[in-house]
Amino acid sequence: MQTTHHQQNGVFDLTEVLHKLGHYLPAQAPLKDFIHHNTLHAFQHEKFHSAVTKAGEIFGFKGYLSLHDFRQLYIDNKIDDEIISRVIKGRKGSSEVDQWKSKMIEGSFDTEHRPRIGKLRDTWKRVYKVNLDKVTHPVLFRIISNYLDQGISKWDFPASEKGLLASLREIEKNSFTSFFSGKRAKRLLNKEDLNLKELLDLLIYKEEYFEQYLFDLSFAHPGWSGMVAVLESSPKGLLDRRNVSLSDFIIIDLLLEIDALDEKLGETWSPLGLKVDKKPVKLFAKVKDSDLAMVYELWQESFEWTYYDEVLAGMEKTSHQTHSNTTASFQALFCIDDRECSIRRYAEELDKNCKTFGTPGHFNIVTHFQPENSAFHTQICPAPLTPKHLIKELESGVKSKKDYHFTNHDHSLWRSGITTATVGLWSGFKLFANIFKPSFTASAVSSFEHMDEKGKLTIEFQGETTEDGLQVGFTIDEMADAMGRMLKSIGLVTDFAPLVYLIGHGASSVNNTYYAGYDCGACSGRPGSVNARVASWMLNDERVRLRLIDMGLNIPATTQFIGGLHDTTRDEIKFFDEDVLNEKNAIAHAGRKTLFEQALDLDAKERSRRFALSQTKGSAKKVHDKVKLRSVSLFEPRPEYNHATNTLCIIGRRDSFKDLFLDRRAFMNSYDYRLDPKGEFLAGILGAAAPVCGGINLEYYFSRVDTDRLGAGSKLPHNVMGLIGVANGSDGDLRPGLPFQMVEIHDPMRLMIYIEQFPNVVLDTLNGSPAAKQWFQDEWIHLVVQHPESKLLHQYIEGNFVEYHPLKKLNDPVSDLNHLIETTEDNMPVLILNS
Amino acid sequence: MDFIFQNLPWFINIFIGVPALGFFVSLVIPERKEFALSVVAFVTSLTTLLAAFVFVGFWAAQGFHSINLKEVVLYQSEEYSFLIDLYFDRVTAVYLLVGAFLTFMIAAFSRFYMHREKGFKRFFNTILFFFLGYNLTIFSGNFETLFIGWEILGLSSFLLIAFYRERYLPVRNAMRVFSIYRIGDVGILLAMWGSHHLWDANITFSQLENHAAVHQHVVGHSAAAIFISLMIVLAAAVKSAQLPFSSWLPRAMEGPTPSSAIFYGSLSVHFGAFLLMRTYPFWSEQIYIRILIILLGLVTAIVASPIARIQSSIKSKVAYASIVQIGIIFIEIALGLEALALVHFAGNAFMRTYQLLVSPSVVAYRIREQFYHYEKRTQPIVSTYWKKWEYTIYQLSLREFKLDHILNRYVFNNIKKIGQNLSFITLKNGFWFFGSVYLIGVALYFNKASIDPKLLDYLPETFSFIGLLMVFRAFGERKSPLLAWILLMTNNFWSVLATSFLGELSVIELVFYLSGVVILGIAGYAILLLLQKKEKNYFSLNTYYGHVYQHPRMAFVFLISCMGVMGFPITPTFIGEDLLFSHIQENQVFLAVFNALAYIIGGISVVRIYARLFLGPHCKTYHSTALKAS
Repeated sequence: MQTTHHQQNGVFDLTEVLHKLGHYLPAQAPLKDFIHHNTLHAFQHEKFHSAVTKAGEIFGFKGYLSLHDFRQLYIDNKIDDEIISRVIKGRKGSSEVDQWKSKMIEGSFDTEHRPRIGKLRDTWKRVYKVNLDKVTHPVLFRIISNYLDQGISKWDFPASEKGLLASLREIEKNSFTSFFSGKRAKRLLNKEDLNLKELLDLLIYKEEYFEQYLFDLSFAHPGWSGMVAVLESSPKGLLDRRNVSLSDFIIIDLLLEIDALDEKLGETWSPLGLKVDKKPVKLFAKVKDSDLAMVYELWQESFEWTYYDEVLAGMEKTSHQTHSNTTASFQALFCIDDRECSIRRYAEELDKNCKTFGTPGHFNIVTHFQPENSAFHTQICPAPLTPKHLIKELESGVKSKKDYHFTNHDHSLWRSGITTATVGLWSGFKLFANIFKPSFTASAVSSFEHMDEKGKLTIEFQGETTEDGLQVGFTIDEMADAMGRMLKSIGLVTDFAPLVYLIGHGASSVNNTYYAGYDCGACSGRPGSVNARVASWMLNDERVRLRLIDMGLNIPATTQFIGGLHDTTRDEIKFFDEDVLNEKNAIAHAGRKTLFEQALDLDAKERSRRFALSQTKGSAKKVHDKVKLRSVSLFEPRPEYNHATNTLCIIGRRDSFKDLFLDRRAFMNSYDYRLDPKGEFLAGILGAAAPVCGGINLEYYFSRVDTDRLGAGSKLPHNVMGLIGVANGSDGDLRPGLPFQMVEIHDPMRLMIYIEQFPNVVLDTLNGSPAAKQWFQDEWIHLVVQHPESKLLHQYIEGNFVEYHPLKKLNDPVSDLNHLIETTEDNMPVLILNS
Repeated sequence: MDFIFQNLPWFINIFIGVPALGFFVSLVIPERKEFALSVVAFVTSLTTLLAAFVFVGFWAAQGFHSINLKEVVLYQSEEYSFLIDLYFDRVTAVYLLVGAFLTFMIAAFSRFYMHREKGFKRFFNTILFFFLGYNLTIFSGNFETLFIGWEILGLSSFLLIAFYRERYLPVRNAMRVFSIYRIGDVGILLAMWGSHHLWDANITFSQLENHAAVHQHVVGHSAAAIFISLMIVLAAAVKSAQLPFSSWLPRAMEGPTPSSAIFYGSLSVHFGAFLLMRTYPFWSEQIYIRILIILLGLVTAIVASPIARIQSSIKSKVAYASIVQIGIIFIEIALGLEALALVHFAGNAFMRTYQLLVSPSVVAYRIREQFYHYEKRTQPIVSTYWKKWEYTIYQLSLREFKLDHILNRYVFNNIKKIGQNLSFITLKNGFWFFGSVYLIGVALYFNKASIDPKLLDYLPETFSFIGLLMVFRAFGERKSPLLAWILLMTNNFWSVLATSFLGELSVIELVFYLSGVVILGIAGYAILLLLQKKEKNYFSLNTYYGHVYQHPRMAFVFLISCMGVMGFPITPTFIGEDLLFSHIQENQVFLAVFNALAYIIGGISVVRIYARLFLGPHCKTYHSTALKAS
């Protein structure tokens, strides 16, 4: 999106400006569909650093840690001096190393933010002495919040089906009171053919300012404006649909402004355009380079490469090790999610002969899911895909619990008096119980409730198609195709063990408005139970297996697949359809369950080192019990740390880095370069990994570096608005982004994707998939490729691969990981484990 | 056992002493010692709770008799005494148990919930401060003691609402709630003054139990009795967010959820009901007052009910639902159904606390419910006439019946306007003109005997009025913090001058009154000068500057100074204030009103200086700052 041409022509193109505005506003969906995305998505067509600088200059966003923080990291040896020199050399040449280093370490800069946004609209305050926000925001927020409300209010917005503006018009026409104090705004609203430009003419008059004014206006409350823009483009975000548009919303905003001015100044005020005393800089005018921007860039790169260098040194070292090729005792497929790193490590440690794989947790089941008794279906594959299938649940026996405290009866006038006096006393006991003995209640979210394990799923297509054109179930060909591609992409084509686990993941929490963001990203923020169960069913089906043989995948008849769900908060695994197992496998499975139990205990213990106020020392089982309590404790704002600290994405064979301890910081996608000489599967993997992992990583990054504007601030004062978003207090704007409690331990670094493949194959793959390439080309994600034969590392720079030689040598292998886990609370260094 | 029974009144001290001790201990624990801080709060509230159980048990065994404990006499002269008096009856018992239980719950809850939050210490300090104020209020045996507790509640509320002091809305809303609270304080202050004269002494609440005595006084002075009752109702309506003050309650929900839950959801907001129950023996004989309270509760319940129904934010919804219940509680009290009102209070307090604490869960719960049991909400088609009413009520409810707007427009904006009309008063001309007037006043005082008694009658009002004008001027001042501060300080001198014409003001009385103002006033002035020197480009009252970010220590000292200048009960000024009031005669209503207004608006202006300079979004943006609207 370059500077639009209308500015040159002086013609204001409303449609285009609205489109542009919608693009720049925060794109966060309602709470129930929390999907991670690059917070600065509007700037993604530019290089990372210039995008961050520009976003700072225009909108006042902070894109980096502060200079003070960086310098402290340097003092604490978290940023390496040698790396700094190398980073400077790479950008400025070796002659300028000292000069820039001294600027970084002791240069003094004016770091105050003076963003361009809001300057034009500020004229009202400066020249007219009118504080519009104070008058218009409370009314505007209440109107939009009530209009979009999904069920907090008991009394629906009148005539809501007509659309926001029409509905408001209807109310105003048929009421003894008005949202406006003056007559003019009301008269304008009642005009059926009212358009936005007309209002701008009245308020601003000069067309050259229109675009900038609309940006100023909307960015005074980016939360609500962003929500409106999101719902305009995807109305499906609400179960109870609303017809809403940015244009309607802005019209109301402008009408309220006109009304406020009329009330304060009478109807005779002259438009803002004629009174602009200081002509503001055009919002999207070129942003000048500065030393400060360069200093930030150098710090950021040095910070990142200090860590990456350690990782790559480890990769270089472990990839030389060879692993025996005995037949696996069992195989387990997990999601690529960074939270599955450690459970895989422990499973491998407890049974040296098992093999684990990582693949996106939807297991290539691209579909919608409709639970029994629900009128809705929900997408359970990555958000960018558009599934054409539907899987329905039948014969489910799940009943949801009720809680009086959420019902709507407590504010009616008469009945409420009695209930408050009686039920109210009961609340006291409940409160006590909840604080001193937390347990599952109706208010909690459990990942296992997503699907009834005893219910039936319509996996196979029986000729049924839904009204909206979705095919219910898959054909055998479709199943074989999806499963074949999934197995091939992760390199599991031979040596099948008798038992293969497919384990999805989900999360449990209570009092957590961000619950949807804790589930599987590859399942559009839902738990992966349906996917794991469906994929296992497909892979166990004889007809599917026959087709797979045609595709060169010969799964022995003795091999069986079994689905499961890993609850990452509570560290529990539930397996599905265990009764399909043959006798031998059933016995083996019983033993594995104990093994998984142990692995889960250890996993919980490892996670607990991050949780302050909880004891990491002691038996894993005991620590695990404490960890489980977190998920049902009302007072626990951090049931788990979700994706915090994620920094890496590893695409390669597990064997090549099995002994590397990455501290749960890596997404891990299994991939065997030998099966993919043309990069066909790699293209598929990158096509998903770049936007999904990159989106997660950048959302954490930006929420961490600017908690106040790009993140949601502390979640402790949050107030739920209309079930779609959160605000602070009762008068505030919506707060998009992640709250401080989710990102506080996150080191803001971009993602580094590592691929085990020949550099030229990767290069060809990227050139064939421009969407994925853009992420690397513009440096939103770093890319390093390791040549599988020479083991040489290659860094992707400006479209080419350049050899990379790590500066660091890793220490000797560590044998007592447990001790380190018990004694370290911060990020751990990259370690080599004694295998 | 016998020992306990015999000395039962003495044990009341525990309920003031323990929270006070907890509060002071929490002040000296360093910020980073999260664990120690939370333990102090935990132990303080748990001790109080356990002690409450034991105490109430003994008290019940003794037959539920009310207890009065004459604590300390802080000041004594021939015709005046200021004493801390404690009182315990079943209203206190219920409030004590509910309050201690909820505070204990919140202390336990917040230990984990507040972990790593910036301001962890401040949070627990304020909670304990609040708890102290709470207990002092519910145990108060006379208006004076009640007022001390009341003032602590007001200030701690301000600090809790403005907990996120680096954002704009919490600070603005804290300021707003504090201002509305002060309207209620006028009520208490004038009720206190009225009852001095009605009883010719500082009445204790236990004396109100003597029906015959009350009856005799009330009948003899019906005008005064009505006045006092009205002032009590005013204070109660404000504190319990009844009409027309309701809009402060949802706006108080700016702090961390547990503090909103316990204070604004449950405890703070029931103080109006408490005040009514406490003074019930006094006003219950006046049938008009009873009808007034019933109507107040009824209208509030009727108006707040649709407002609660249309709230789309969960906390405001709970707030208005609570207001409805308190309206009903008011009715119950006025009907004399004290036991029912107490049960209702406890139920409402527990329920709203719990609802607010689990409020984030509403998303998952409701969305799940909808996902499985979706029913399209239908909108009934009604006749055009009713539709018009329906839309009107919807619209009014959405705007909270414009209550906020009304208060601002008719109360605060008018005061501001008066202040701005006085903007011709500057530091310079003010000094010369008012300085001379003051000197004349002093000269007149020393020649009191030679002045025409008719003239003498007008002097106190005149001087008091000048003082009030100073306060108005300070309230309207938008530029110079120094000017506003000086004006507020001088008001105290005008009060003294005015009162000195009423009776014999002794030197001790003068010292009592002026000591706090002078010492802390000068300290505050020094801080302002220092701040002006350091931040000369960011020094006015026009906007919030957020200097606490960079100057937290100065902010703290200034806050203490503010407390002194506004007559907060940390200096003798507070007693002096009461003392001055005792000199104002029954027929000098204007004088009492002027003085009360000056006290109240002065307090608002002082806190506003603090808020504008030290709180709000930091004026310097070298670090991340939140958007104003967030």
